[in-house]
Amino acid sequence: MSQQAPSPPALPASLAANPKLSSWLKFSSSGQVTVSPGKVEIGQGIVTALAQIAADELDIDLSRVQMVRASTAASPNEGVTSGSLSIQQSGRAMRHVCAEVRRIFLQQAAERLGVDADALDIEDGTISGPGNVRTSYWELADEVSLDRDATPDVTPKAASRRALAGNSVQRIDIPDKVLGRPRFIHDQALMGMLHGRVLRSDNARAKLTGLNEDGARAVAGLLAIVRDGDFAGVVCETEHGAEAALAALRKGASWSDGEPLPDENDLAAFLKSQPVESTVIHQKTAASPGMAARTIKRQYTRPYIAHASIAPSCAMAQWDGDRLRVWTHSQGIYLLRADLALVLRLPAENITVEHMEGAGCYGHNAADDVALDAALLAKAADGRPVRVQWSRQGEMSDAPFGAAMAIEVEADLDAKGEIVDWRHSIWGNGHVARPGRAAQPALLAGYELANPFPRMVSTNPPQANGGGSDRNSIPLYDFPAWRIECHRLTTMPLRTSALRTLGGQGNVFAIESILDEIAAERGEDPVAFRLRHLRDERAKDVIRAVAKRAGWKPQKQAGIGHGIGFGRYKNTGAYCAAIAEIEGAEEISVRKLTLAVDVGEAINPDGVINQIEGGAIQATSWVLKERVRFDRQRITSTSWTDYPILRFSEVPDVEVEVIQRSEVDPVGAGEAAHGPVTAAIANAVFDALGVRVRDLPITRERIIAAMDSTP
Amino acid sequence: MPSVRFRLNGADTEIDADPDRSLLDILRGQLGVTGPHFGCGAGECGACNVILGDHAVSACDTPLWSVAEKDVTTIEGLGTEERPHPLQRAFIAEQAMQCGYCVSGILMSAAALLKRNPSPTSREVKEALDRNLCRCGSQNRMVRAVLRAAEEMAAG
Repeated sequence: MSQQAPSPPALPASLAANPKLSSWLKFSSSGQVTVSPGKVEIGQGIVTALAQIAADELDIDLSRVQMVRASTAASPNEGVTSGSLSIQQSGRAMRHVCAEVRRIFLQQAAERLGVDADALDIEDGTISGPGNVRTSYWELADEVSLDRDATPDVTPKAASRRALAGNSVQRIDIPDKVLGRPRFIHDQALMGMLHGRVLRSDNARAKLTGLNEDGARAVAGLLAIVRDGDFAGVVCETEHGAEAALAALRKGASWSDGEPLPDENDLAAFLKSQPVESTVIHQKTAASPGMAARTIKRQYTRPYIAHASIAPSCAMAQWDGDRLRVWTHSQGIYLLRADLALVLRLPAENITVEHMEGAGCYGHNAADDVALDAALLAKAADGRPVRVQWSRQGEMSDAPFGAAMAIEVEADLDAKGEIVDWRHSIWGNGHVARPGRAAQPALLAGYELANPFPRMVSTNPPQANGGGSDRNSIPLYDFPAWRIECHRLTTMPLRTSALRTLGGQGNVFAIESILDEIAAERGEDPVAFRLRHLRDERAKDVIRAVAKRAGWKPQKQAGIGHGIGFGRYKNTGAYCAAIAEIEGAEEISVRKLTLAVDVGEAINPDGVINQIEGGAIQATSWVLKERVRFDRQRITSTSWTDYPILRFSEVPDVEVEVIQRSEVDPVGAGEAAHGPVTAAIANAVFDALGVRVRDLPITRERIIAAMDSTP
Repeated sequence: MPSVRFRLNGADTEIDADPDRSLLDILRGQLGVTGPHFGCGAGECGACNVILGDHAVSACDTPLWSVAEKDVTTIEGLGTEERPHPLQRAFIAEQAMQCGYCVSGILMSAAALLKRNPSPTSREVKEALDRNLCRCGSQNRMVRAVLRAAEEMAAG
């Protein structure tokens, strides 16, 4: 890689917002360093990667690093742990902090030892120099104050001098998890803890018109029934009692019909008939426009997709007068605090929000909602902590979904079949309605109170932040002209917010599918076709790498198909190319996925592989199985039977090649695989069966429907 | 309240509770054994799997009365930090998880399999774990880890 030109020194954004060094890092006299990032563990291994960065830059053993759970009481505010940005944002800040702290300690050691700082060396925290002089971080800890702001003119170590980054180290959270030690928020028991459950209607947005509390009141250990408008819940001494009281309360509840839901069997028609806010995302005009001989127009859809974490969301809350403490697996503790302050009408300083690990988090799920549920129920608990856990049904129906999308792509081809113009239009709800970013809260119970807040309608982040519905909609290929439009719905009968990749999966599916179709019509190899239209060598490298690894193109066999998909997440993040091998019989089964990925510097290569493998398998699940189901009144996919996900026997073999570029700033890996894998599977289905399925999920019914329709 | 006796991780245990309550509810609520995790409450995900006799069962739909006088093993009884079960070592070696919430149940399904079949094929491992759900997509690593543990156990 070529050397980058030196730029004027600036602090990494996370550090500029939280410049005090001591808020990131402290040495204890016992030979440990406590590191306190604002990003949180959501099952992606970020805490280990950050520990690696800290140990590397400070020259200490990884075992000396103690990672502190994020809390609004002490941690730097790093916003939300999302968008595959943690390693980029928190990692850069951490590297800078540690480099500066290292320099400060070297200066202090130089003074104390009477030698030049440049002559000193650090090994596992021991600072030594000529003449056998030595001290350590821990000896000097009391003499050095880190209550000072970071300065920009710090140069972290060169990549070649890092001992840990680039190596696969074992994740620090895994031993607890295999030994069954209580590590998840679900497994914590606070002193005097009570249990709460919230009553919600099956019908979408129904009003609670009557509530007979007698049955619930008869449950042993019941402490309180809380009712505020359409929000109702119980608080009980035991979890078992809370469940029984909730069941009794449900029997005593009457609800209105609620608000109508769209026709699940014609999502495109629904999405394209709603009031929208239209935006031109990008336009490129050809210097000398080519002559269109014909136009290919295709429509692609993806359904609403559920987060469907294995654990239902859980939170704990405890009041002390007008002060509130909340324990949560939210992705953004400060953002949740801001929304809690809005709903509870409290100054944010009165609320402390602490992070605890939950089950795998793939975006804005119900973690924040259940935190408000707990805070509301805890009001009736007389200062005792209340733990609230949602049911499986609630998790599958009341949490936000990933937004459904309808995408139309039109490609103008010249007489030689070359693309001369390209139009890409997206219809769908926005992909983000996260807490803490608006003057109104984004928490479910906030919409249910007697004095309710208006329901937030999802919006899309700007393209500069990767976009939402339009994420990955601008082609990475060198087509001479294009126009990208986004039509965001301003109504939202099904609640949507951030789910892995936002619109990226849908857009990459659409682009890579129609490209495959155009290449096939031309009789051109789809790998060669893509390479011919790319200028970015890193993009070409992942495609070449995956093609080589998968032995592209394998010999044709009856019933077996191969397909390729490529994308660069957000057009600025990780490069990923995937080749799928599928078998088409009664159902489609994906036998193997081969992927190549470039995340720049891979801090923990096995962690990157783990994220890519996981993303690839989850994407396979989305593509083959997943679709939120509903009738005109309510969500019907409320169990694992009604919302099946990929099982062990259905999981493809996955092979991942990481292209290590240690001189390039690292980016996240968690969302890179979804789009390319989706397209690769769809293209492999065509290769096997000769049919283009343009509506996800690719089920037997959809294949039959696609065979019946033209083109 | 009637009392039910069973052996939990080798220790005699007596519980005064409604015998129709679920084993999971008793383990987590009354006994503070939090290794088995609640996932669905309907026996559909395997996050709460425990070993009953020789078989993995979901504790959420196993009534307390049905374990009377039987042996129940939870993840807490599989191994310890000092003496981890080969499966626990193998899951660490393979880094076989992302979030890990499903792992305690999956380890119990795997442990029951290895009791019945000490040298399973990859296909047999997948079949044995087919009722356990993992949402993060760590299945392949888990299968590798189970095979690794089986090899280690065979080697003694």
